[in-house]
Amino acid sequence: MERLPILKIGQMLLVSIQVDLRDDMVVALQEDLADRIVETGARGVVIDITALDIVDSFTGRMLATMAALSRVLDADTVVVGMRPAVAITLVELGLSLDGIKTALDVERGMRLLSLAGGTAR
Amino acid sequence: MTSEPFGDLIDRCRAAEEDLVRRWRADVAASLRGRVSEIELDKELREILDALLSAVSASDGADTRSSAYGEVRALLVDLSRARALQGFSPRETAISVFALKKAVRDSVGVGPEFVAFSDVIDELGLFTFETYAKAREEVITNQAEQLLELATPVVKLWQGVVALPLVGTLDSARAQVVMEKLLQTLVDTGSEYAIIDITGVPAVDTQVAQHLLKTIVAARLMGAECIISGIRPQIAQTIVALGIEFGDIATKATLADALLLALGRIGVDVTAEMTKRGL
Amino acid sequence: MTAQELPISGDADVVRVRQAVRAAAVEAKLSLVDQTKLVTAASELARNTLTYGGGGGALVEQVQNGLRKGVKAVFHDKGPGIADVAQALTDGFTSGSGMGLGLGGARRLVDEFAIDTAPGDGTTVTVVKWAR
Repeated sequence: MERLPILKIGQMLLVSIQVDLRDDMVVALQEDLADRIVETGARGVVIDITALDIVDSFTGRMLATMAALSRVLDADTVVVGMRPAVAITLVELGLSLDGIKTALDVERGMRLLSLAGGTAR
Repeated sequence: MTSEPFGDLIDRCRAAEEDLVRRWRADVAASLRGRVSEIELDKELREILDALLSAVSASDGADTRSSAYGEVRALLVDLSRARALQGFSPRETAISVFALKKAVRDSVGVGPEFVAFSDVIDELGLFTFETYAKAREEVITNQAEQLLELATPVVKLWQGVVALPLVGTLDSARAQVVMEKLLQTLVDTGSEYAIIDITGVPAVDTQVAQHLLKTIVAARLMGAECIISGIRPQIAQTIVALGIEFGDIATKATLADALLLALGRIGVDVTAEMTKRGL
Repeated sequence: MTAQELPISGDADVVRVRQAVRAAAVEAKLSLVDQTKLVTAASELARNTLTYGGGGGALVEQVQNGLRKGVKAVFHDKGPGIADVAQALTDGFTSGSGMGLGLGGARRLVDEFAIDTAPGDGTTVTVVKWAR
């Protein structure tokens, strides 16, 4: 099975989703991410969904779980690049992803993490 | 027997083609009052006549929806769409087809086969009318969309701050367009703050308030914050009376206050900016 | 576009159904937001077909009503069916591991929604989204 790459940039991890997401890939990502946070001691995670043309309740739940997981492992998660149509659809679907930090793009997401002190310590 | 119900009508029409087209064109031109040039009209009508005569002889008496009439129908679609877009009335459009009957009667003469031919013309005339109506509907839909677009300008106030001044009644359809346009502008301009100014909105009902709230939540999912400004007293009362929760959404009395709030959060020093720009 | 029947028997099929629905929605000239809503609804329903129905299929086709074009998608399975449809449509209700937004959420994203099911008799969900 194709696995999503997780890149390490400084004290942060970057997951840039560039393919049509299959459910099993999402589940695998969740496991890989937890492993990588522990392995690298990363303090922040940026999940870039600019290329995703839909986020359904399964993917939404995965994002929420990954954020919660990384929080337990002392890392902050920012979801960046959600497209307007996707955001509108998620709201209509009833998913507000409470507790997840968001930013317009990767750059802003990383800045948000460093402001929160994710990399300063 | 390729065209039995029409006897030798088709052949006679072909023989008298010049006279036929001249009469037909004269009638159509009179009703269009010079708004389509004679040369253009001549070409248009000749093409239709030619396709029609071929279709009638090839159709074996089948109806006008059969494939034999494909070319005629295509030409009539072009004609009625063009007329609709140029603003001609339905009557002026349909006459282009119906006037052919009189032209055939006057130039070829009426025989028993004329009835069948007349039926074909009637069918094609109705087809023209339907296509015309469809084209008009499309024109109207497009205009309505353009109006919606015009009525919702999103302006950039500062690097990172856009504003949406809403004026007039917000119905559900418009609220949706507004929402999409605002969110797209956030992406296009890379803005993290959006000010929705509703000073010019006379009333807010539950649906509109819901749309506003959804826009704000969607903007947050994208990583941007919305500030609502210009909530008038009556609207504030409606919002409370309807039990709509604005929760932790920032609201300000005026657009100016909202802009100051956004600038403050971005970390812009207004005095320093003024000095820099020589103001 | 002619109707297209796609099997749903694995995660990859859910992705294929999404792609087919997207293509049909683009062809029917749905707005970007409406395309996204329909594809998201299709994703939820295809997953339901797979997870709860034990697999099945989806029929995707373009429909027309006067001037308006639209896309219809029918999801069918021969699974255990749903005993209490009203409950299944309620937000937050789930018999599986999802967020319980699948069925009710999908209904909010489309213009027409019909469900035909009985315990032991499979489930068929039909959705339609019209171009604005």
